[in-house]
Amino acid sequence: MLKFVSLLGAGVLLCGLAGPAAAQGAKPTDPQIAHIAYTAGQLDIKAAQQALAKSKNKQVRAFAEDMVRDHTSVNDQALALCKKLGVTPEDNDTSKGLVKDADAYRAKLAALSGGAFDKAYAEHEVAYHHTVNGALESTLIPSANNAELKSLLDTGLKIFKGHEEHARTLAASLK
Amino acid sequence: MRLCRASRAAVLVITLAAASPAAAGVVHVDMKGIGFTPARISAKVGDAIEWANHDFVVHSATARDHSFDVNVIANKSGRTVVKKAGKIAYYCRYHPNMTGEIDVAAK
Repeated sequence: MLKFVSLLGAGVLLCGLAGPAAAQGAKPTDPQIAHIAYTAGQLDIKAAQQALAKSKNKQVRAFAEDMVRDHTSVNDQALALCKKLGVTPEDNDTSKGLVKDADAYRAKLAALSGGAFDKAYAEHEVAYHHTVNGALESTLIPSANNAELKSLLDTGLKIFKGHEEHARTLAASLK
Repeated sequence: MRLCRASRAAVLVITLAAASPAAAGVVHVDMKGIGFTPARISAKVGDAIEWANHDFVVHSATARDHSFDVNVIANKSGRTVVKKAGKIAYYCRYHPNMTGEIDVAAK
């Protein structure tokens, strides 16, 4: 996650300091943006599946089910759009960093159980959505060239902001 | 013949009378772009509020006072009848950044 934040942070910094011409090289392309957004969704589904396998808390399980359902819907839309536009999502360092960090975090959560797991999962969902939403807002949406991709990312951002707020309420209720 | 006409008229009157209690309105709200449109509506006691979900994710219209909780899947609609005067704030359980309000007036 830190790598993701620093990578995107560096991109934003570059845009801010060096102006649009120099920032051109740092900007992710539409196939890369599609890959990053899709990967971020898949990773949250994996986290939710872990929660559904481990948690007995009714609220935590309901939240995890919501995450599976919503992220599957958004990713289905993303795949349909890529197909329509003839875009092949392209793996990249940001996506790779996301996968690596999420794998590490799932391994860490695997060692926890009961209330400790629930609390860690809920807090991770707050942080994860907050980071992804920040990346969408500051880098991915402004960098998207295709209007339909931009529009889907905009809708995704509103959905994920809802998830972040929902996760905050859940995390607060577990304290 | 006259009797027949009279009885038809009577049936018509009865039908109209029976229909009048159901004449309460339906107020339509769209769930679109992860928001309620319009976000603020006015209704009267006995009116139905109908939410049409145009988004590709499930939404709910959940009253903060727990008076209703309507789940609406993508491209479908759901409704509730408001039974009490007053303001009812509501939100989507899945996306709590979606909020709305119904101002219910007495009949």
